[in-house]
Amino acid sequence: MSNQPQKPLAPKALDRADERVRNDDSIAGALRGFLDRVRSGDLGILPVAVGLVVISVVFSMLNPVFLAPNNLVNLLFDCATVGVISLGIVCVLMLGEIDLSVGSMSGLASAMVGVLWVNMGWPIPVAIGAALIAGAVIGFIYATLYTRLGMPSFIATLAGLLAILGMQLYILGPTGSINLPYASPLVRFGQLMVMPAWFSHAVALLPGIVLLLTGLGTAARRRAAGLTAQPMSLLLIKAGVLTAALEFAVWYLNLGRGVPWMFGLFALLVVVLQYALTRTKWGRSLFAVGGNREAARRSGINVRRIYYSAFMLCSTLAALGGVLAAARLASSSQQAGTGDVNLNAIAAAVIGGTSLFGGRGSAWAALLGIIVIQAISNGLTLLNLSSSLRYMITGGVLAIAVIVDSLARQSRVTHGRG
Amino acid sequence: MSGNETGRAGERLLSLRGISKKFGAVSALTDIELDVHAGEVVALVGDNGAGKSTLVKVLAGVHQPTAGTVEFMGREVTLDSPAAALNLGIATVFQDLALCENLDVVANLFLGHEMNPWQLDEVQMEVRAWTLLRELAARIPSVREPVASLSGGQRQTVAIARSLLLSPKVIMLDEPTAALGVAQTAEVLNLIERVRDRGLGVIIISHNMEDVRAVADRIVVLRLGRNNGVFTPDASNHELVAAITGATENAVSRRESRKAAEVTE
Ligand SMILES: Nc1ncnc2c1ncn2[C@@H]1O[C@H](COP(=O)(O)OP(=O)(O)O)[C@@H](O)[C@H]1O
Ligand SMILES: [Mg+2]
Repeated sequence: MSNQPQKPLAPKALDRADERVRNDDSIAGALRGFLDRVRSGDLGILPVAVGLVVISVVFSMLNPVFLAPNNLVNLLFDCATVGVISLGIVCVLMLGEIDLSVGSMSGLASAMVGVLWVNMGWPIPVAIGAALIAGAVIGFIYATLYTRLGMPSFIATLAGLLAILGMQLYILGPTGSINLPYASPLVRFGQLMVMPAWFSHAVALLPGIVLLLTGLGTAARRRAAGLTAQPMSLLLIKAGVLTAALEFAVWYLNLGRGVPWMFGLFALLVVVLQYALTRTKWGRSLFAVGGNREAARRSGINVRRIYYSAFMLCSTLAALGGVLAAARLASSSQQAGTGDVNLNAIAAAVIGGTSLFGGRGSAWAALLGIIVIQAISNGLTLLNLSSSLRYMITGGVLAIAVIVDSLARQSRVTHGRG
Repeated sequence: MSGNETGRAGERLLSLRGISKKFGAVSALTDIELDVHAGEVVALVGDNGAGKSTLVKVLAGVHQPTAGTVEFMGREVTLDSPAAALNLGIATVFQDLALCENLDVVANLFLGHEMNPWQLDEVQMEVRAWTLLRELAARIPSVREPVASLSGGQRQTVAIARSLLLSPKVIMLDEPTAALGVAQTAEVLNLIERVRDRGLGVIIISHNMEDVRAVADRIVVLRLGRNNGVFTPDASNHELVAAITGATENAVSRRESRKAAEVTE
């Protein structure tokens, strides 16, 4: 049926049949493709990478302790709590929606763990499970308000912020604070437990190996199907650089206390969410609904179910973040989840490149973004700056991130990249 | 195009009885009757605002009719969501295309019907995308670019390709050639004939009477949301225009008679 007159003599790969397509199959080609994308406003992780380098240089000049192994280990402990919350934010931002109550939700979850476990003597897993279910229920309510009543998520979750904070204060009662036992596994997980050195080195090998194996597999299948594939050399370089960087990081952290298990849990969740976003039908639907809700509906996607999944996942992850925060602080208090938790979680997602306008983002965004946020916060604490200044500076960084997002979006529009 | 041979020629696929659709006070459709048979191309014509797109959207499950029944292959069906229509085998190319600009061509083609939901089969999807686009003689340089970077005509081709992906039984095209160049328009018309010959029912909306005559087996005219006659492709332009505009005396007929007068002079 194909009646293209310019049938090439040598069989050309399907995706290179059009003579207008540049061959970006070499390493130089890959680099050129990357530069093109950046120029058109598809910044990816570039702003974060630049931000991290700047932050490290500035803070280590101001206070050399900043880059000390044990300070970085602490940084990773702190990253895990808000980072988990931020993963959920990525899901709702992807739809162009927002959950402003994740801070309160994490506070309520932390309070529930304290009350159910310490005060009422429930087993830890059951108490944690109850907190997570509470998160899922609240996400369900938001999704219902949004999809059935058309209530903007911005308003629904703002109301939720206050209501959930009320619940947190209510169940904590007049004392307002519950200490969690230091010797308990939960608190040790949040404060002390690190991976054995050999184990962390082994884990650091995994991403490179997985990248290489899946890359080789995909390349073989693409060639077999008559498509072009990434050249072997590029794959090897990527896997090599990644492995070297991770092994170096692990080695450096092991000069101090080592790699926290809690950070390991966070990293695992990042990988799972990243997989779900990019490699499953659910993730594809999330992008589609965020990009063009009506088009997604007309393609047969159950848009309502997508909203439910995103809001419920977000609140549940916020609850999990709250549990981790309780473990980290060894207490459930009225202060848990208040202050800058909300904004840090949202800022982390945005700084990492998840668009506030919906339709683009990644789980890496939350990982990289939270490292930037915590690095700033940690660095400023080391300088003994008051929290007033810290808030102002973090606010400024968030503003810059949003401006970069908006500018990049405008650029994408003019370059026709959605 | 792989896909199954659908229906014996002549079998009635779609049958609409008394379909009405109100948007508040506006009656976009009133008592519409329409039949589509296997192996038949039905052209739906009418002036702007006649209700053509609304009718297509009712059949696509996008809008719910206020009254009336739809029968599909002899059974009465409820088209309460786009998914329901797609699952029955009613595919649609919408006038506004309904593509996700942030996703690439492959993702748009397979949206909602990805291969291997828990581990997307990108390789197979890309191969299938290329084959499909080749059949349409599409000039799309790369299927891995976001749809936002495509031209209007390229997007239209993507939308058409998408409708064919699920091997539907009925395919509806709402002004599919509006943004296409000469060669591509011919390609789409060829394609319509090919799917018709495979036994699909086709509904095409177009303002281009030449295209309509070239492919349609029947021409159904809508006017102000009501049926206003069914014609064969050899009906005269005059008859068609009269049915579309609702007047025997109108701008088009006056212009034609003037032309005719000039020629005889
Ligand atoms: N979603 C809607 N809400 C209100 N009115 C609508 C809607 N869609 C279409 N209409 C009205 O229905 C009538 C028919 O429109 P349409 O089906 O788009 O016409 P066309 O034949 O040009 O495709 C128009 O008067 C239009 O204003
Ligand atoms: Mg229309």
